[in-house]
Parts: sequence; structure tokens; C-alpha cells
Amino acid sequence: MSEHIYKPFDAELRSLKDMILAMGGLVEAHISDSLRALVERDSARARSVIEADRQVNQMELAIDELCVRMLVLRQPAASDLRFIAAALKIVTDLERIGDLAVNMGERALALCDEPPLRAVVDLPAMASSVQKMLRDALDAFVTRDDAKAETVLAADAEIDKALVQIFEDVRAEMKKDPANVDRGISTIFYAKHLERLADHTCNVAEMVVYLVRGQDVRHKTNR
Amino acid sequence: MSANRAVPKLCVQGLDLYYGDFQALINVSLEITERRITALIGPSGCGKSTLLRTFNRMNDLIVGCKVVGDVELDGRSIYAPNRNVDDLRKRIGMVFQRPNPFPLSVYENVAYGARIHGLAAGAALDAIVEQSLAAVDLWSGLKDRLDDNALTLSGEQQQRLCIARVLAVEPDVLLMDEPCSALDPVATMRVEELMQELVDRYTIVIVTHNMQQAARVSQDTGFMLLGELVEIGPTNQVFTSPRDQRTEDYVSGRFG
Repeated sequence: MSEHIYKPFDAELRSLKDMILAMGGLVEAHISDSLRALVERDSARARSVIEADRQVNQMELAIDELCVRMLVLRQPAASDLRFIAAALKIVTDLERIGDLAVNMGERALALCDEPPLRAVVDLPAMASSVQKMLRDALDAFVTRDDAKAETVLAADAEIDKALVQIFEDVRAEMKKDPANVDRGISTIFYAKHLERLADHTCNVAEMVVYLVRGQDVRHKTNR
Repeated sequence: MSANRAVPKLCVQGLDLYYGDFQALINVSLEITERRITALIGPSGCGKSTLLRTFNRMNDLIVGCKVVGDVELDGRSIYAPNRNVDDLRKRIGMVFQRPNPFPLSVYENVAYGARIHGLAAGAALDAIVEQSLAAVDLWSGLKDRLDDNALTLSGEQQQRLCIARVLAVEPDVLLMDEPCSALDPVATMRVEELMQELVDRYTIVIVTHNMQQAARVSQDTGFMLLGELVEIGPTNQVFTSPRDQRTEDYVSGRFG
């Protein structure tokens, strides 16, 4: 795309894209750390994720500020407007994803001192699918690839199924032995956080479709 | 045409316009819907004012101007040989960039057109003046100054008076060529507000360089470039998701 007549606007748009990517990279790292904390029973890593969320929050504030500044000073239109509108929405979802990584870290911390339930074995597989969705959504944002964003949206159904399966498995474990209840609850929460994370990732992907096609695909079945 | 589809107020079909050897409009076709505000945007020299002036045949006054194609008002050609141009210009009024009241009284400015068209006289003419001034929100402020020279009014009042002058002859369509470019932001907002009131009764076509103004006031926007109508559509769509890359470049400020 050609450059704006007013050059500083180009620099601001580039910087917005870089900031979203940096924030996306950060929350990806936090998810990955909270998963390792769970798998490796590493409480120090879990605590570091909880602590590092501040950085995500600061990035949200900085991105919001840049977006509002561009809206008022540059009065963007067409794809620039869609880009900034999408960024404002995406940043909220990324911040929520960061919060969910913290919640997962907290659950990992609770689970650290005990051996895993049988069902916990399925959590890393579910987590890795969610991580792929987020990576693809961020890639789709950078490359403005609406087809890739659609694959992210399509992947969500499997995540919902995985959650139901983990519910079933953990419930069975808890029924078997009341000693499993505490671990079971934390495990269910962990899986629920992952499922919510996938939902926020889908919101990001929906914004990518809006950015590329100018088409709002949200709430398709429930308008 | 199917019965459930409204006839457009103005319909432009394959319009080419030449100033001597220079082609200012190239195969322009569009429909202007009744009681909506349609904005025409585009860089200087793109043909938007020329297109506006074809709607009431103002270009007839330019030597060497040649028009090919047609413009229809309510389904009737305005370029038909037997068309009464005075009557056409009564039905399609125009407001210009700079307020251009006659150097006459406030009353005479509004009454002039109605009188020469034989619409009214005496008390009926007084009523038309009052209604027209009220429609542009000037009546309460000027009802005691009707004999004052119109040139003593402020720029905004003069522009409102020019709009009242057009309304006095009961037109169908209002053409506005950069009507706010000589006004400050507050006066601009007030004229825009007035347009929103007038659109209940009139079809409005506005040419503007101010893209924010087009976005604020119009329901439909057409983008013109080098004599061509590149695209026309709902304003919201043209400014958020234009279909043509050239429109995208222009509305997003990428156009040199």
C-alpha cells in the first residue's frame, strides 16, 4: 500500500502494528510459561507469570493511547480506520488472554505440590491447540490473511469438545476418590481458562476478518 | 422497471462533458435517491462541480461546453430540446461556495424568485418569505430587519439567506457547491444541521472538499477522479470499506 501524504501517520501505524505484535508475543510467552509451570511442577515459573502481567497491562494502556491519539489527530478512514478499530478491540482481548495466563499460573501453583490427575495428561494437548490458534491469529493480523483467521475460528469447536472431555474425566476421578476433589477443581479451572483463551483468540481472528474484508462476522448465529 | 422500485430523483446515464477539447466528465452514470443527501468528493479538477452543474444545466452558460449522454429528473430528460430551462432551475436550486445574496433587502432576496416565477404576490408573497426564512432559522432574528441590505448580514446569515432564496421557489432538489467553505466551524455545523432538517423535504446533492463533512452529513457518497465517477455507495461503506483502491487511497490520505 502506498504511503500517506502525511508521513508521521505511516510511522504511527507501523508502530501500532509492532506494539500489538510485541504484546501478542508477550502473552504467548506467558501462556507457554504457565503450561510449563504445570507440566514441570515449577512454582517459581508460575509466580513469574503472575508477576509479569503488569507488563501486559502497560502495553494495553500504551496501545489504547496511541489509537485514541491517531483517531483524533489523523481522522483515519477506510483500511486505516479498520486497522485502528481492530487494534482497539484486539488489545482488549490480548489483555484478557494475559489475565487468563495469570489464572492458569495460579492454578498451576495450586497443583504444583501434588501428582497430576489422569485427566491432566490431556491439558498440554489442549493447550498446544490453543497456542497454535493464537499464533495463527496474530500471524493473520500481521499478514492481513483473512483465510487464516477463518481457520482459527473453525478450530474453536475442537477446543470446546476437549473441555467437555476433561470435565467428564475429572468428574469421574473425583467420584472415585474424594481426595481428588481439590486437584480436580483446579484442573477443571485450568481447562476452562484455556477454553476462554481460545474464545478471546477467536475474537482476535474475527477482528482480522473485519480488518481485511470490512465485514463483521461476530455473533453470526446469535444476532 | 419493477413497480416496487422507486424512480430515482436524478438519473445520470453515460454522461460525457467537454469543455472544448478537454473532456471533464467521462461516461458518468449514477442515480440520486429522493430525500437523501448525496455528497460528491474528489480532488480539485476531478469534475465534481461540473457534474453538479449538469443537474440544472448551469454548464449551458459556458462557451464550448458540450454534453453527451443524459440526465433525467423524475424520469424526464433535462437535456430534451423542448425543456424549459427556467423551470428546471426553479425545480433544482443551487447554493454556491461563497454566499452571493443580491445587493437588495433581506425581503427582496427571498421574494425575488417567487415573484418572477409568478408564484405569489402581496400577502401570499409575505407568507413565502416568512416560511422560507423560518426554514433556514433566520425568521426570528431578521423579521424586524427585512428591509436591511442583505450584504450587512454575517457570512453564515448570508449563506442561510441564499438557501432561503432557493427554497422560496419551492424546488425539489438543492445543489450545494462547497456551501460551507467560507464559513467558520460553528457556522458550518449550523448549516449542516440545517441540511439535516431540509432533507425531510428536499433531495440534496453537495460537493465538498471536506471529507469529514461528507461523512457527517450525507447518506450516499460518490468519489470522482479525473472526470470519472470511481464509486458511489452508502457513505459509511465508502469511508470504512471502499470497493476501489483509488477511493481507499483518497479517503485515507494516500493520494498525491
